[in-house]
Amino acid sequence: MTTLAFVLVIVFASAGCFINHRSAVSVRNRGIKLTSISLYHGLFSLFLVFIPVLLLILVWIVLQNPLIELYISQTLLQEHLLNTSKGEKDLILAEIRSIAGDRIFGEPETWKLNAAAALVGFQENASRFLVVTVTILSLALIIVARSRVKEKFKARQNVERIVSWLMIACSVVAIFTTIGIIASLVVETSRFFSLVPITDFLFGLNWEPQIPIREDQVAAEGAFGWIPVFVGTLVITAVALFISVPIGLMSAVYLNEFANSKIRAVSKPILEILAGVPTIVYGFFAILVVTPAFRSFGNTIGVDVAPNTALAAGGVMGIMLIPFISSFTDDALSAVPKSLRDGSLALGATPSETMLKVLFPAAIPGIVGGILLAVSRAIGETMIVVMAAGLIAKLTLNPLDSVTTVTVQIVTLLIGDTSFDNPKTLAAFALGMMLFLVTLVINIFALRIVQKYREIYD
Amino acid sequence: MNIDNINTIELVKRTLPRRNRNQVILKGLGVTAIIFAFMMLVILIVSLVSSGYKAITQTHIEFTVFVDPNKINLEKLPRGNFRGVLQDSLLAYYEGGLANREKQQLVKILSNGAQFELRDKVVANPQIIGEKITLIVPTSDPYDQLSKDLIDRDTPEEFRRLNNDEIQWFDSLAEKGMISKPFNWGLILNADSRFPELAGLKGALIGSFWALLVCFIISFPLGIGAAIYLEEFATKNRFSNLIEVNINNLAAVPSVVFGLLALAVFIGWFGLPRSAPLVGGMALALMTMPTIIIATRAALKAVPPSIREAALGVGASQQQVVFGHVLPLAMPGILTGTIIGLAQALGETAPLLLIGMNAFITSAPGTPLDSSTALPTQIFIWSDSPERGFVSRASAAILVLLGFLLTMNALAVYLRNKFERTW
Repeated sequence: MTTLAFVLVIVFASAGCFINHRSAVSVRNRGIKLTSISLYHGLFSLFLVFIPVLLLILVWIVLQNPLIELYISQTLLQEHLLNTSKGEKDLILAEIRSIAGDRIFGEPETWKLNAAAALVGFQENASRFLVVTVTILSLALIIVARSRVKEKFKARQNVERIVSWLMIACSVVAIFTTIGIIASLVVETSRFFSLVPITDFLFGLNWEPQIPIREDQVAAEGAFGWIPVFVGTLVITAVALFISVPIGLMSAVYLNEFANSKIRAVSKPILEILAGVPTIVYGFFAILVVTPAFRSFGNTIGVDVAPNTALAAGGVMGIMLIPFISSFTDDALSAVPKSLRDGSLALGATPSETMLKVLFPAAIPGIVGGILLAVSRAIGETMIVVMAAGLIAKLTLNPLDSVTTVTVQIVTLLIGDTSFDNPKTLAAFALGMMLFLVTLVINIFALRIVQKYREIYD
Repeated sequence: MNIDNINTIELVKRTLPRRNRNQVILKGLGVTAIIFAFMMLVILIVSLVSSGYKAITQTHIEFTVFVDPNKINLEKLPRGNFRGVLQDSLLAYYEGGLANREKQQLVKILSNGAQFELRDKVVANPQIIGEKITLIVPTSDPYDQLSKDLIDRDTPEEFRRLNNDEIQWFDSLAEKGMISKPFNWGLILNADSRFPELAGLKGALIGSFWALLVCFIISFPLGIGAAIYLEEFATKNRFSNLIEVNINNLAAVPSVVFGLLALAVFIGWFGLPRSAPLVGGMALALMTMPTIIIATRAALKAVPPSIREAALGVGASQQQVVFGHVLPLAMPGILTGTIIGLAQALGETAPLLLIGMNAFITSAPGTPLDSSTALPTQIFIWSDSPERGFVSRASAAILVLLGFLLTMNALAVYLRNKFERTW
C-alpha cells in the first residue's frame, strides 16, 4: 500500500506537469502572452504536487505505527499493561507485533491475539486512508496549479524560488547529519553515565563489559574504564604509523623528485588500489596470512606472539595507510614553489640535497597534516581490528601482545542483542562519543594545518 | 682566480662522490618503499586468489537413486524418508558388509541438502516414485576439501577430518567416475546456509543491491543539490561556511560512528526494522554524500566561466545557466565521483554490522525492508565460521566483491576518459 502511495505521487505529479504544460501551450495558441515558457508552468505544477504530498507520505510512515501502538496500548491493552515495567511493556508489544506479522510462537493469550488483529486492522485502514488522502490532496493541488496558468503568473520565478529552497534543504542535510550524530551519541552516553559514574569511565583502568544481562547469569562484575581500550587503540595506531609513514614518505619522495613521468603514471594508480581495497578484505588478509606468518616467525626466533597480536592488525592497517600518506606528501611536495627547487639546484645542490634540505622542510606542515589525518583514520578504522585484534582489554604497550580497540569494543558490544537500557549497550555509545571527539579534534587540527600552509604559498 | 675558489672546487670534487652516493641511497630507499607497497598488493591478491579459487568449483557426486515407494508415499508428500532412500541407493555401491554405524558414517559424504533436492524433485514430478533416477548432488564439506587436496592424506588419521575408511570410500567412488567438480553456481545462486557446500551469495548480493539502490536514491540528488547550491548560488556567509565545515568533517568521521547514528536514530527512534537494507542504505547514503558533494563541486568548478557568461549574455537566468549548461557539462565528472562513492559504499562493513546486517538469513530479501545480509557482512560472517569450507567461500566472496569494485572503477575511468573535456 505504501508503495502504491509513492507510485501515485509520481503519477499525479507528472500528470500535473503534463496538464499545466498543455494548458500553457493552448493559452499561448490563443494569442495570450505568458511571462514564462510553458515548461515552467508544467514544472510549477510538478513541484506543487510532488513536494507536499511526498512530505505527507514520509511523515505518515514515520508516525503511523507508533501512533497505532500508542492507541492500542491505551485502549485494548490498558488493563494488561497496568502493572508492568517499561521493559515488559516493550516485550508484550514486540510479541503482538510478531503475531501481527504471522510469526506466532507457542500459544499466545487471547487478548494478545485480539490486540494483534486490531493492530493489523488499524494498519490496513491507515494505509488505505493514506492512499485516499494522497489522491485527494494531489488532485486538489493539481487543480490549484492549473488555475495559476494565467497571463500575469510568473511561473519561472516561482519555480526558481522553489528550486533554491530545495537546494538549501539538500545542503542542510549535512548539518542535520552532524546534529543527528551528536544528538544520538549525547543522549545515549548521558544515559550510560546515569548508570555508570563518568569518573569510572574516564579514569578507570579496567574494561570488563561482560556484565550479566539476566539476574541469574554468572558473569563478571563489570568495569567500564576506557583507558586500556584507548591505549590498545594507540598501540595499534603506532604500529600502523611505524609501517606507513616511512614507506609512504619514501615512495612520495621518489615519485615526486626522481621518478620519470612513465613510472609516476604507472605507480600512482597502483598505490591508489591499496587505498581502494575495502577494509574487510584487509581484515581477512590479516587473519589469513599475516597473523600466521608473524606467529610462525615468532616461533622460529623463540618469541611468544599472541594469537591476536597487535602487530598483525597494525601492520595491515599500515599497508592500507601507505597511499594515504604518500599522496598527502606528494601534494605537499608539489605545492612547494618551483623557485625554491630551482634556487637550490642552481646553487649546486644535488636533487637529493634539494629534497632533504629545501623541499622536505618546506613541506613539513602539509606532511604533518596528512599524517594526523592518517592517525584519525587509524583510530576510527574498524573492520581490520574487529577481525584481527583481540577482544580482551589489557593495559599493555607491547605490540606482540593482544590488545583491543575502541572500535572493536563498539562492534562487539552492539552485535547481537541491543536493548537500550543496558549499560553494556550504552557503553558502546560512550565509546563512540569518545571516538567521535578524538577524531574530530585531530581532523580539525589537521585541516587547519594543511589549510594554513597552503595559504602561505598560494 | 683566487685561492678560496680553488678550495671550493676541490671541496666539491672531494665531497661529490659522497653526495652522489647519498643520492643513490635516497633513490634506493624510495624504490624499495614502492616495491614494498607493490609486493604487499601482490601478496594480498595472490593469497586471496589462491585461497578463493578452490571455491570456484564444488565437488558433486552422481549416483543412481531408486525412489523406494516403501519409504516415500505419494499421499504423504512432501514428507517421506528421503534420507533413507539416498542412504540405500548410495550404499548399493559399497562392496562388502558394513555395520550400521559405518553406514551412517559413509552416508555423510552427501551434503545435507541432498535430501531436500530429492524431495523437490519428487514433489515436482511424483511419477518417479518407484523408478530409478540419476541424481547429481554436492558432497559435504570434508569430502569437498579432500577432493581439492585441502586435506592432507599423509597426516595421521587422528588429526584428519576424514578417517582412512572414508578416504578409501571416496576414492572408490572417484574410480567409478561418480565424482565431478563442475563450476560452483551455488556460490551465486544459493542463499546462505549452515553448510559450507550449500552456502551462496544470493541473499548478500540482493541485499547489497537494495542497500546501494537506497544509498544512490538518497545521496545522488541530495549531494548534487547541496553541491550546486554551495558552488553556484551560496553567498559566502556564516551559514554557507557552517555547511562547508560540516561536510568536510563528515567526510572524515569514522564509518562506525555512522553505524551508531543509524542504530540510535533510524532503528531506536524511528522504529525502522533491524537488519534491513533500507536502513543500511540510509546509513551508507549519509557517508557517501560528502564524497558526491566534493566530486560534484570539483566538476562544476572545472566548467569554464565563459560558458556561464555566454548563457547569461543571451538572457538566461542564473538557474537556467546552471541547469541548462553548466550541469550537463559537469555530468561526466559528477557520475565518475558518484560511482567511486558507491564503490566505497559497497565495500563498507562497519555500519552494516551495527544495524544487524550480519544476521543468519537463509533466503534472499524480497523488499528493502526484509532482513538481509550484504556482500561485505557475508564475508565477515563466513570468515568468522569455524568450518574450513567457509574460509575458501569467504575468499571467493571477496573476489566477487573486488570484481564488482573493479568493474565500477573501470566504468568510472571509462566515463572520465570518454566524456572528459579540456577547455
